[in-house]
Amino acid sequence: MTIADKTRVQAPASIPLREIVPWAIFAGLICLLALYFVGAEQGATSIFPGMYIHEFVHDGRHLLGFPCH
Amino acid sequence: MVRSLLVRGMLAGALAGLLAFAFAWIFGEPQVNLAIGFEEHMRQMAGEAPEPELVSRAVQSTVGLLTGVVVYGSAIGGIFALAFAGAYGRLGRLAARGTAALLAAAGFVVLILAPQIKYPANPPSIGEPETIGVRTALYFTMIALSLIAALAAMSTGRQLARRLGVWNGVLIAGAAYIAVVAVAMLILPAIDEVPADFSATVLWHFRLASLGVETVLWTTLGLVFGVLAERQLEPQRRRPAPRGVRV
Repeated sequence: MTIADKTRVQAPASIPLREIVPWAIFAGLICLLALYFVGAEQGATSIFPGMYIHEFVHDGRHLLGFPCH
Repeated sequence: MVRSLLVRGMLAGALAGLLAFAFAWIFGEPQVNLAIGFEEHMRQMAGEAPEPELVSRAVQSTVGLLTGVVVYGSAIGGIFALAFAGAYGRLGRLAARGTAALLAAAGFVVLILAPQIKYPANPPSIGEPETIGVRTALYFTMIALSLIAALAAMSTGRQLARRLGVWNGVLIAGAAYIAVVAVAMLILPAIDEVPADFSATVLWHFRLASLGVETVLWTTLGLVFGVLAERQLEPQRRRPAPRGVRV
């Protein structure tokens, strides 16, 4: 058995959850907000008035599988 | 460490979005155009004026599509990196690349494939404007139920794996996930707003293209992120392997 084989059979060190949680909250929320603007803004609900965002990402929204119109 | 993973996730997601855009442009746009042609035709038959274009078709099908898919890819990539940070080192002996590949496959099935079996993607001209609220709520409910079922199945599977072995634990968790999702699909109401004259071929090609876009996106994300995460977390694995040993 070589050194490379020995390093493979051990589970890698995990990242403590308390390190992940703050990032998960802040970055997770920003990412979800971005998904909302691509997938649902000016459809079922609107933060900004008008239809410009909806119409601009229209084709992506359809092809990514979000309900549209 | 998490910040660096997050940046890598969003980069991998943006790249995945670029490839998915290319796929969407080649295979998806022709179907979108056929569907819009149908919509215009129906409008003419009804004697209505054509819908004014707020954003031209030329912009929608290029810059708009690119923006939508790349922003979506980066956001999915960011969330993916956070999930990876939690899963890494907690999935048996799987290293970075294996964890990323498994997580991407699971993410695709749980967040895209299962919800779309119940509520598939629809091209323009399918879907009543009055029901957009209900349809959006049902679609996200289906995603949430699929995710909850997967997390519950995973937690049960981990406990069972200790007593029955990993193979049996994973099989039972998979079966439990399918059973719960099937019940959810039976309970949630069906949506069928396809106009009687709409081409079945266009609908089939559109939905296939839509699933293709997501497949390209999640596959690229999982494989590219795996390499980037390995460079960060397992630099020792990138050393050339001893002669005759494959790593």
